[in-house]
Amino acid sequence: MRRNPLWLWAAALAAYAFLYLPLLIVVLYSFNDSRLNAEWVGFTLHWYSELFNDANMLIAARNSLLIAATASLAATLLGTLAGLAIHRYKLRILPVLAITPVAMPEILLGVSLLLFFNLVFRPWLGLELGMWSVIVAHITFCIGFVTIVVRVSLLGMDESIFEAARDLGATPWQTFRLVTFPLILPAVMAGALMSFSLSLDDFVITFFTAGVGVSTLPLEIYSMIKIAVTPEVNAVSTLLMLLTLGMIVLASRIHGKAVRSIGV
Amino acid sequence: MALLELRKLTRRFGDFSAVDNVSLSIESGEFVTLLGPSGCGKTTILRMIAGFDLPDVGQILLDGSNIADIPPEKRPLHTVFQSYALFPHMTVADNVAFPLRMAHFDKAAIAAKVHEALESVYLSDRARAYPHELSGGRKQRVALARSLVNRPRLLLLDEPLAALDAKLREEMQHELIDLQREIGITFIFVTHAQDEALALSHRVAVMNRGRIEQYDEPSKIYGFPRNRFVADFIGNTNLLEVAVTEATPTHLRLAAAGLGDIVSPPREGTRAGQKGWFSVRPEQVRIGGHLDGELENHYSGKVRSFIYVGDVTTYTVELADGTAIEALLSNSAPGRARFFEVGDDVAVGWPHDAGVFLHD
Repeated sequence: MRRNPLWLWAAALAAYAFLYLPLLIVVLYSFNDSRLNAEWVGFTLHWYSELFNDANMLIAARNSLLIAATASLAATLLGTLAGLAIHRYKLRILPVLAITPVAMPEILLGVSLLLFFNLVFRPWLGLELGMWSVIVAHITFCIGFVTIVVRVSLLGMDESIFEAARDLGATPWQTFRLVTFPLILPAVMAGALMSFSLSLDDFVITFFTAGVGVSTLPLEIYSMIKIAVTPEVNAVSTLLMLLTLGMIVLASRIHGKAVRSIGV
Repeated sequence: MALLELRKLTRRFGDFSAVDNVSLSIESGEFVTLLGPSGCGKTTILRMIAGFDLPDVGQILLDGSNIADIPPEKRPLHTVFQSYALFPHMTVADNVAFPLRMAHFDKAAIAAKVHEALESVYLSDRARAYPHELSGGRKQRVALARSLVNRPRLLLLDEPLAALDAKLREEMQHELIDLQREIGITFIFVTHAQDEALALSHRVAVMNRGRIEQYDEPSKIYGFPRNRFVADFIGNTNLLEVAVTEATPTHLRLAAAGLGDIVSPPREGTRAGQKGWFSVRPEQVRIGGHLDGELENHYSGKVRSFIYVGDVTTYTVELADGTAIEALLSNSAPGRARFFEVGDDVAVGWPHDAGVFLHD
């Protein structure tokens, strides 16, 4: 029997083409020296320089990075604590509650957050929708991811390691600081990077919770293509893609490296 | 005064009593084993001594003071876990240094003690290695060094050899005995392997269903089991249901259904009319083509099967009424792997001072 039959290679190739060809076209046309996404004219960086001179785009980029940084930081903190709590208390309902927002259709989450903000935050705190509501919304859907990653990493660990630390003289806090935290750190980092890229890319929930006046990169791209898919859109999409890809690669490398070095 | 004393310890999980009114006393310098089948409560007792679990009722006295409510990090004792529980993100040296760091030793003292501890388990050349780079036996040694480096009053060992292969296990058994003798620290060892318990311990507590069935020296546990459970759990034995027909200070006469009379050693508190069990070890049973009249108890039967394991052969002999008796024969005679074939007519028997009558 042959190890790798030809048809298997072909099927895999087709699947990857299906996944990456559209992305590749976007990247390609971001360098095309033509206003139309039709035929290849020649190589240019013109669209990128245009991008960096577009004030709206720069504001949107700044907003996106700010939102992603704040939301991922907060979500990582809360998600890590939730993951630890779920592991400690072994209550069946807790993991379900943490995962539900992750599995929920985004549009549902977006609508319900919008309702919640309008019913609770606006009348009670006098806050209008804006950056803060987007950040809160992003925290909401990122927590679940961090919680899952942290919990899974704890599940794979030998419980007696933590008992051993106590047994050898460490207080509960020392046990956390010297043993638990270093061991879950790779998962925490992976969760943070994942949250960052999820927040950076989010359109639906941001669309519902941003209100007027706040724009993020995905919102900006959307408003641009309402007119036409310009090469500038291709350029900003390419940059966004690059950033996300970098995050994902980094996250999986941190995680993979930790898994290898611990040897579990 | 005993170093450690358990007083009427009880631990329930719902309706189930994992540990049921257990009292036990351990002297300083002793090597004591808690032995029993899984679920008998031995590990629960160990976890309560270590502080990972709290008793519902009872006291744990260390040097006379109750430690049952003290958190694990404040107890002057350490545990060696079945999984070794080494910290995977620390080197061997950092693992061993951990309890010293927690006790706020200064750096120079830590380095010296770590070096000495690793030397005592022949691992000084692996100080910079990470746990996952070590074999099972070496991980075990690191765990031992880590637990002993700051000289606890008591070392608890939770089936520490269970994950090792047979050869390595025997090696580690010898090392454990030597180590314990050398440093004089009291060991409480938990295992379900009876050979391990007999080989290692000064005293063995045989446990069943949350209770201690017998607490004694290995030879007493094996030779004079207190009840049917102990006789059956430790080693192999022939168990026969009997009724006492005659009880004198010098011997007992027992009636075994289908077998006839058995003469056995006396046992205090036994009266004629009592029912119980008679236990005789296979190595006490003699087997032969015909046995001369010197054995008070002898019966004839046929060889049903045998198991040859090299040094000895165990024969199962079926008596006329269907009772099976196991007899063990040493293969020390050169060139003779076995002496009887399946189906051979043989006699089995044992002297009047072999075996023991069990009340329950």
